[in-house]
Amino acid sequence: MIISKKVIQNKNLKEKIAFNIFRIFSAIVVLSLIAILSFITYNGISVINWNFLTQMPEDGMTKGGIYPAIIGTLYLVAGSMIFAIPIGVFSGIYINEYTKDSWYKRFIKLMTNNLAGIPSIVFGLFGMSLFVNTLGFGDSIIAGSLTLGLMVLPVVIRTTEEALKAVDNSFRLASLALGATKLQTIRKVVLPMAFPNIITGIILSIGRVSGETAPILFTVAAYFLPKLPSSIFDQVMALPYHLYVISTSGTNVEASRPIAYGTALVLIGFVLIVNLLANALRRYFGKKVKMN
Amino acid sequence: MIKFLKSIFEKLIEGTLFLSSTITTLAIVLIIIFLFKEGIGTFNQTPIEDGFSLVVNKNNPINELSAPEIKNIFDQNITNWKTVGGKNDSITLFNLDNIGEFYSDSAIGENFEFLPQCISDYTEKNPGVVAFVSTRYTEKGFTGKILTTPKVKVTEFISQKEWFPTAQPAAQLGVLPLILGTLWVSFGAILIALPLGLSTSIYMAEIASPKIRNILKPLIELLAGIPSVVYGFFGLVVIVPEIQKLFNLPVGETALAGSIVLAIMALPTIITISEDALRTTPKSMKEASLALGANKWQTIYRVVIPYSGSGITAATILGIGRAIGETMAVLMVTGNAAVIPHSFLEPVRTIPATIAAELGEAPQGGLHYKALFALGCILFIITMAINLIVGYISSKKKYNAK
Repeated sequence: MIISKKVIQNKNLKEKIAFNIFRIFSAIVVLSLIAILSFITYNGISVINWNFLTQMPEDGMTKGGIYPAIIGTLYLVAGSMIFAIPIGVFSGIYINEYTKDSWYKRFIKLMTNNLAGIPSIVFGLFGMSLFVNTLGFGDSIIAGSLTLGLMVLPVVIRTTEEALKAVDNSFRLASLALGATKLQTIRKVVLPMAFPNIITGIILSIGRVSGETAPILFTVAAYFLPKLPSSIFDQVMALPYHLYVISTSGTNVEASRPIAYGTALVLIGFVLIVNLLANALRRYFGKKVKMN
Repeated sequence: MIKFLKSIFEKLIEGTLFLSSTITTLAIVLIIIFLFKEGIGTFNQTPIEDGFSLVVNKNNPINELSAPEIKNIFDQNITNWKTVGGKNDSITLFNLDNIGEFYSDSAIGENFEFLPQCISDYTEKNPGVVAFVSTRYTEKGFTGKILTTPKVKVTEFISQKEWFPTAQPAAQLGVLPLILGTLWVSFGAILIALPLGLSTSIYMAEIASPKIRNILKPLIELLAGIPSVVYGFFGLVVIVPEIQKLFNLPVGETALAGSIVLAIMALPTIITISEDALRTTPKSMKEASLALGANKWQTIYRVVIPYSGSGITAATILGIGRAIGETMAVLMVTGNAAVIPHSFLEPVRTIPATIAAELGEAPQGGLHYKALFALGCILFIITMAINLIVGYISSKKKYNAK
C-alpha cells in the first residue's frame, strides 16, 4: 500500500513538473510576441501622425513620411489579388467540386503544397527571370504583382478548398434533387455557404502579400522614389522593402531609425487589422450560417 | 435548345475551372525551367571574366589552372610553379599597371598601340611569368601561351570553400560555406524553437482551458502574420546589440542572432501543425489510458505524443523548411560573412541571404548572376525534398489510421 502511494505521488509530481514546464515555455512564446509588439509600438507610436502617413520621404529618407511606400504596397496588394483571387478560388472549386478522389486531385494538391513550400526568394528569382527579363516588363508593378500573386496562390486555393469541404454534402444533394444543375448548385448553394471562410482566407493572404520583401526585391521595389506611379509598368516603393533599406543601408542609419520604427509599426498595424478583420468576419458569418 | 446552350455554358465554366487548377502545376514547371536554365548556365562558363585571359611563357608546361589555384597564385599564396604541377620556377606576377617599369613610354606607344607587343615580349623574356590581360592584347602576334581555364564544375561548386564571385582574375564559386551557414542557422533555430513550440502545442491541445486556448490561438496566428522584415528589424535593434553585450563580441551580427530570430518565426508553423496533429488523437484512446489509471501526463507522453508522432515530425520538418528558406530576417541579423562557421558567435551567410544581397549587383547574364540562380536551384531542391518528405510522412499516417 505504502509503495503504491509513493508511486502515485511520484507520477503526480512528474505531471506537475511537466505541466509547469509546458506552461512556462508557452508563456515564453507569448511573452516574446508581446515583447516584440510592445517594443515596436512603444518606439514607433511617437513617429506616426498624419504627416508621416501622407508625405513624401525627404533628405535621403531621414525626414518626411512614407506615403509612396504605403501607396506602393496597396498597389501591389491589389495587383496580386486581381491575379490570385479568381484563379485561386476557381481552382479550389474545381479541386473540391469536380474532381473525385483521383490521381489528378492528388497531383494538383501535391503541386499546390509544393508551390506553397517554395521560399519567397526563389519566387523573386523566378519573377525576375520571367516577368522582368524574359517578358520585358522591367522592374514594374505588374511584374511584382504577378510574382506576389503566384506566391500567395496556394494559400487562396487551400482556404477555398477547406471552406468548400466544410459545406455539408446534404446541401449539395438536396439542391441536385430539386433539379438544379451542378453549376447552379455550386453558385447558389455551396459558394454562399463557403463564402465567409473564403473571404477570411483571402484577407489573410492580403496580410501575407503586404509584408513580403524577398519577392519584390528584384521585381518592383524602388529604393527611393518620391513620386507616385503613373502606370503598371512603373516602379514603386513598398513598406517592407522601405523598412529593410532604411534600417540597413540608408544614407544615415541612425537618423532614419525613428522612421524605421514608424514603418515597422505601420506594417504591424496593417497585419493586426487584417487579422482582426478576418477573425471578426469568421465569427460574424459563423453565427449567421449556424442560425440558418 | 436552351437546355443545350446551358449545358455548353456549364462545360465552358468547368473548362475554365479546370484550367485554373492547372496554374499551380504550370507555375512549378515554369519555375523549374527558368531557375535551372539560368542556374545550369553557370557550368557552361569559365570562372574568368569574358574578354580576359591568363597568359604564361610559351615554355611553361602548365596548360590550365583551376579557379582556386589562380586565386592563390594572385594572392601570392602559391609562389612556385611546382605547387600547381609545373617546373621548379618561381612565379612572377605581371600587372598591367606596372608596365611602365619595364618599358618606356615610347615603346608602349602614345595610345598604347604597342602594348600587345610589350606584353608578348615580357612573357617571352620571363619564364615564370603569369599575366591577366584583356584578350584584345593577345589576338595577333602573341608569342606566349594562353591558359585555358576549365569550366565551373558541379562538384567544385558544391565543395569549394570560398564564395567570392566578383574576385579578379577568377571568380571563386564555392557554395560550401553558404550551405553550412544555412544549416547552422536553421538547426540552431530548430533547437530553440522545437522545445518551445512543442510545449506550447501540448499545452494548447491538452492542458489549457478552452478559454486560454481561444486567446492563445489568435496570438499564434498573429505571430505568423508579422512580416519577416519586421522580425529582422527587431533582431537588428534588440537581439543583435544584446548578443554583442552579453558575449562581449566585436559584432553582434552572428549565427546565434539569426537562429533566435528564425526560431521565433518558425514557432507558429511548429505550433499550429503539431497542435492539429495532437488533436487528432481519438478521445477513446485517451479515455482508455485514463481509465487504466494513468494520469494526464502519462497519457500525453505514452498515448497522445506517439499517436501524433508523424504530425509532430512533419511540423518539425516544415519548421526547418521555413527556416532554410527565410531571407530578409536572416539577411539583416547574421552579418553575411561568407566563411565556414566554427561557432554560433560568428557571422555567417545563408543561401537566401546571398541571393538577396548580391542579385541586385550582378550583371544580368554574367557568371555571378547565373551562379546566384544556381543557388536558387539548390534552395528549390532542398525545399522540394522537404515537401515530398512531409507529404510521404502524412500519407503514411493516413494509411496507419485505416
